[in-house]
Amino acid sequence: MYGKRLRGLALSTFVALTLTLVLVLFWAPNDAYLGFLQKIFYIHVPLAIVTLCGFIAGGVMAIQHLRTRDPRWDMRSYVAIHISLVFGVAVLITGSIWAKGAWGHWWVWDEPTLVSFLLIMLLYATYQPLRFAIEDPERQARSASVFAIVAGVFVPINFAIVRLSTAYVHPRTLSNISGNLPGRMQVVFYLALVSVALLWVTLWRYEMTSKHASAQLRALKRLLGGDEDEAPARRSAAPSVTHLGGVR
Amino acid sequence: MAPLPLHTAGPYVAAAYIVFVALILLYVAIMAGKLSRIERELGELTELAQRTRGPGDGQDAL
Repeated sequence: MYGKRLRGLALSTFVALTLTLVLVLFWAPNDAYLGFLQKIFYIHVPLAIVTLCGFIAGGVMAIQHLRTRDPRWDMRSYVAIHISLVFGVAVLITGSIWAKGAWGHWWVWDEPTLVSFLLIMLLYATYQPLRFAIEDPERQARSASVFAIVAGVFVPINFAIVRLSTAYVHPRTLSNISGNLPGRMQVVFYLALVSVALLWVTLWRYEMTSKHASAQLRALKRLLGGDEDEAPARRSAAPSVTHLGGVR
Repeated sequence: MAPLPLHTAGPYVAAAYIVFVALILLYVAIMAGKLSRIERELGELTELAQRTRGPGDGQDAL
């Protein structure tokens, strides 16, 4: 089910990312202040936006899980948060590289955007240990969903607070007042945003396909071998595929 | 502030993009490992199905 159209999606992502990279390097003009260093912006900012949207999406999926009690929504939420965490790590590393080049420091503690993003990452870093700490699959799924919703609500609130704060050290990217990009930069930025969003969706579907196949295999194994042949499920932070049974 | 010259900014930009690509490749490699496990389990299931159907019926199982 999740593997359907995955090849097309992966191909579109590859084309979009390649096109973005070519345009970033050869078409987008250099920034007047940062020069060539500003090219990091085209990967760092879209990654940050997609990461935060991914966390919110994980929260929305968790709401669906609590509403329907369908374990598939828990799995979707888990995968969304998992991929967003990977993207978040990329945001922190690319941001640090940019900070080192632009400001001469790997990290600046008095910069609200950086610190708030780190706070969000630290918050979500507790998601997997939380899941792992709860053995009962249903209780684990419920608790993880509550966490995903609360943390998902925190993300836009945190974003708004940082925007409203007065210490504008970090450059604004999408703003009506300041920080507007010139034409070519804007085109490349939006293309980069679409490319990174496509990558997120592709990886989400890729992992969901893998989880789905695993769940189907376990179910088939039980059908063919009988329940007595089934080894006891290992404790895991991931939603139990055995618990999902015939997940579709 | 004067913009950083290309030879100074270049390594930073390259490092950022390499980190991005490396993380994605690492993720894909981990997923490939999981896919291999699924493939192995599928092989075990095929054997199990062949055993269940009996030695004479296994020819058309593939």
